[in-house]
This record gives sequence, structure tokens and C-alpha cells, in this order.
Amino acid sequence: MTGADTLAIEAAGLRADIGGSHILQGVDLQVPVGGVTALLGRNGVGKTTTLRALLGLQPASGTIRVLGHDVAGWPVHRIVRLGIGYVPEDRDVFTRLTVRENLRLAETGRQARYEQVYDLFPELRQRSGQLAGTLSGGQQQMLAIGRVLLHERPLLLVDEPTKGLAPLYVSEVIDALERIAASCTVLLVEQNVHVVRKLARQVVVLDHGSVVHSGPVGELTEDDVRRLLGVSGPA
Amino acid sequence: MSTFVAITISGLALGSVYFLIASGLSLIYGLMDVLNFAHGIFLTLGAYAGFELASRLPIAAHAAGFLLTAAVAAACGAVIAAMTELVLIRPLYGRPVSQILVTIGLDLALVGLLLGIYGSNARVITVPAWLTGVTSLGSERIPNGDFVALGTGVAVLAALAWFLRQTRYGIIIRAGAENRDMVRALGINVGRAFTLVFTIGGAAAGLAGLLNSVVFNGGLVDPSQGDQLLIFAFIVVVIGGLGSLAGSAIAAVLVGLVQVYVSFYAGASAGLAQLGNVSVVLVLAIVLLARPGGLLGRTA
Repeated sequence: MTGADTLAIEAAGLRADIGGSHILQGVDLQVPVGGVTALLGRNGVGKTTTLRALLGLQPASGTIRVLGHDVAGWPVHRIVRLGIGYVPEDRDVFTRLTVRENLRLAETGRQARYEQVYDLFPELRQRSGQLAGTLSGGQQQMLAIGRVLLHERPLLLVDEPTKGLAPLYVSEVIDALERIAASCTVLLVEQNVHVVRKLARQVVVLDHGSVVHSGPVGELTEDDVRRLLGVSGPA
Repeated sequence: MSTFVAITISGLALGSVYFLIASGLSLIYGLMDVLNFAHGIFLTLGAYAGFELASRLPIAAHAAGFLLTAAVAAACGAVIAAMTELVLIRPLYGRPVSQILVTIGLDLALVGLLLGIYGSNARVITVPAWLTGVTSLGSERIPNGDFVALGTGVAVLAALAWFLRQTRYGIIIRAGAENRDMVRALGINVGRAFTLVFTIGGAAAGLAGLLNSVVFNGGLVDPSQGDQLLIFAFIVVVIGGLGSLAGSAIAAVLVGLVQVYVSFYAGASAGLAQLGNVSVVLVLAIVLLARPGGLLGRTA
């Protein structure tokens, strides 16, 4: 098996600037096929920018190989059509569309798995005619995750899915991600170390725009958590 | 009272023409953030395409001929608009000043081309006799053209509303107006939606150009008519709210009615024919003072 077969994402020397600031300063990232790889780091170190650069939403230099394809310079829709689902940090559901219309937008022509999405998140079925802008944060997160599950995708990029959610929704979203990760590769940006330890196999830590640690989640010590993430208390 | 009815129908007909122009402008801005100053030339070219066809078509003076003429005017506007998006606008996405300059330049160039071909004298479009006739409603005589313009405006509004609500591309356009990046991140080629929106806007403008000539300009078409109408269409879009189709429809009716009421009742008695136009600017100022984002638009 070659490296390309075992890696869902392979980025080297990824650099990106936003508003004159060097946000990514040569990120080297490897995400193995299968399971959850967590991308960690303090606020503002470039985690979201890394996900956006991988999708082509953020202009970046460097080499990017996703699902066996060199995608640098590709338009966003072409990269996504390789089979990538993206759950952005702020959900970014379309607030003036209904739940059903949000899901319909994510259809790609193949058989859409509405029943599977509705089984995972029954509230979406009940609220299918409701405007997405009137949903709670947790319900919007279900919708954001639900629309990437409408079709089978080998790779999901999920950005802080539990951020700002009520505890009830946090556990529901974690359970959903756990089930999803059984059948695809997930690159997860998450600040909550408890969530990371529950879901992830691998961790990659960013600091000052580059990777400062990577390895199995079990090797992430409490000292690493304090030093690299600025988080104190039990990890 | 009966005069009031005739004037009201005339105002609604004028509003319908404004809506046909403003709907495209509003959709284009809503999805693409492009202020398209070439929109006026789409409607002028639509009217000239109608003139060219009608002057050669043996059945131009029949209803079927007029329908064909209208279809060609819309098709001409659509093709020119699609070409404009593909050739001139697409390489300039993210550069709004350059887009504005290129659309102004295109408008000036094509108006100059039309002046070179047709001269500054207006040409007359051949239309069926019934279109220039009147229908008696009680003691009042309503121009048939007003009914045609009004019916076309309502039909286009209904068709656009259906398209935006019920079709996948309509949903893409509404979603794209809210968050283009996220539409792309769902694997959708937004560029196709951009071209489609320009094409739809161009078709509506081409139709508006023909109707304006036939209904409000005595069948005459001249190279500058698009630019004159574009000013009012922009006012309609701003009053309705940039990017809002429903807002444009409401604002178009408001502007059309205010313009004809003031022109007829105040302008005629005061001997100031332009009072109707001034009143429209006044409405714009009042609306923007009360609601800076327009009636139904997103805030800047």
C-alpha cells in the first residue's frame, strides 16, 4: 500500500495570508484514511484557515493532496466533488431557506439518503418546512452535519461542531460524529479536549501557523495539553 | 373617479416595466454583488432586435407576430447578457470597481454602435393595431398596451417566484445570495448560477425594452432609451432593497404609481411635466431615511 492509499489528506508547506497576516506558515499535515484525526491549537493559530485552504476556499500556496488527487488550484466545487463534506465553524446553514431546501441544496444527483439523515437527527424531519434561521444553534448544527451525510462521502472536514451548543446537543452531536466516523475519514477541529479524547485516533497540534505536534491521541499528555493548547485542569 | 382608475392602471403598467428591468438588476446584485451598468443596453438591444424582426416579419401586425417579436427581444437580451457575464464580468469577480467600469464602458460602446448603425432618430416598431387601441371600462378608455405590460409583469413575477422557490437552480440562487462560499463548499458550481442569473435578467430586460417602446413610447425605439430607464430601475432596486425580488416588485409598483399620479394630478396643473420624475427621487430619499437597507433588502 502506498502513502497515497493510506492518507486521505497530505499537505506540505501550506502557506496562507489573511489581511496581511501570515496565518499559515508552512503547515505539513497528514491525515490517515479512516477514523477521526483532530486538529488542535489555541484560538487564531490557523485551524479553520487550514480546513478552508484544503477545500480551496482560502487561497494558499503549497502542495495539497486530497483523496489521491493533487488539488492545488482546483475550484472549490471540483475539490468537494471528490467526496468531501464540510461542516463549517459557524454552521453556515442558509437561514432564509427551509430545512428541506438546505438539504436539497446538498443533493449531488445520486440517491440522497434522507431517511438516514432523519433517523440520525429526527428533529430535522419534524422541522423540514421551518426556516433554518429560526432553528436553535444545536438544530442548525444537526442540519449542517445532516447535509454532508446526505450522500456517502469518504472524507469529512468538521470545524468545532460543539462550539456554543447546549450540553444536550453536545452529546447528540458527539454520538452522531462517532457513528459517522465508523464509515469515513474525519478531520475534526475541536477545542474541547474531552471530545477529542473520545472521538479521535490521531491529533495534530498547530501553533503559530505550523504543526508542532502530531501522533496518536493516547500520546497527548496533560502537559502537552497545557503547553500547546493553554488548557489547564484534567484533560 | 374613472380617470383615477385609468391612471392607476397606467401606473401599474409602468411599474411592471420597471419591475422587468429591476428584477434582473436585483438578482444579479443579490447573488454576485455586481452593479451592472450595462443592464440598460440589454433592454435597448432587445427593443432593436424586436424592431428588426418586426420590420421583416409579414405577420408582425398580428398577435402571433407580436409574441414572436417579444420572444426575440427577450432572447436577444438573454444572449447579450450571458455573453457579458462570460466574457467581461467573470474575469473580474472580486474586483467591483473594475466591474462597474467595464459595464459602463460596454454600455457606452454599444450605445455608440447603435447610433452609428441607426442614427439618433427613433425607429418605429410594427405592432398589431389592437395593441395601440383602447378598451372602454365604463366611461374610461384604457390603452390596451397597459394591460399587456401589466400582464407581462405579473406573469414574469410569478414565473420568477416559482423558479426561485421550486427549482434547484432557484434554491442555489437564493442560497448564493446569502453565502456563496458555502454553496461552493457543497460542491455546486456557482459560476453556472451566475451566468443563469445574468441570462434571466437580460431576457427580462430585453422584454422590458420592447414593451417600453410599444406601450410608453409610441412604438419608438432609440439608442438612449435603456439608459433613461436604467436610472429609474436602479431607484426601484434601491427602494426595494438590493437583492430582494419581492422588494423590487413592491418598489416598482410604488414608483410607477407615484410617477403617474404626480405627473397627472400635480404636474399637469402646475405645468411641470418633470414633477413625476422628481417625486420618485423624493420617495427614494424618504425610504432611505426611514429604512437605509430599502423596503425588504439586506443591510449593507
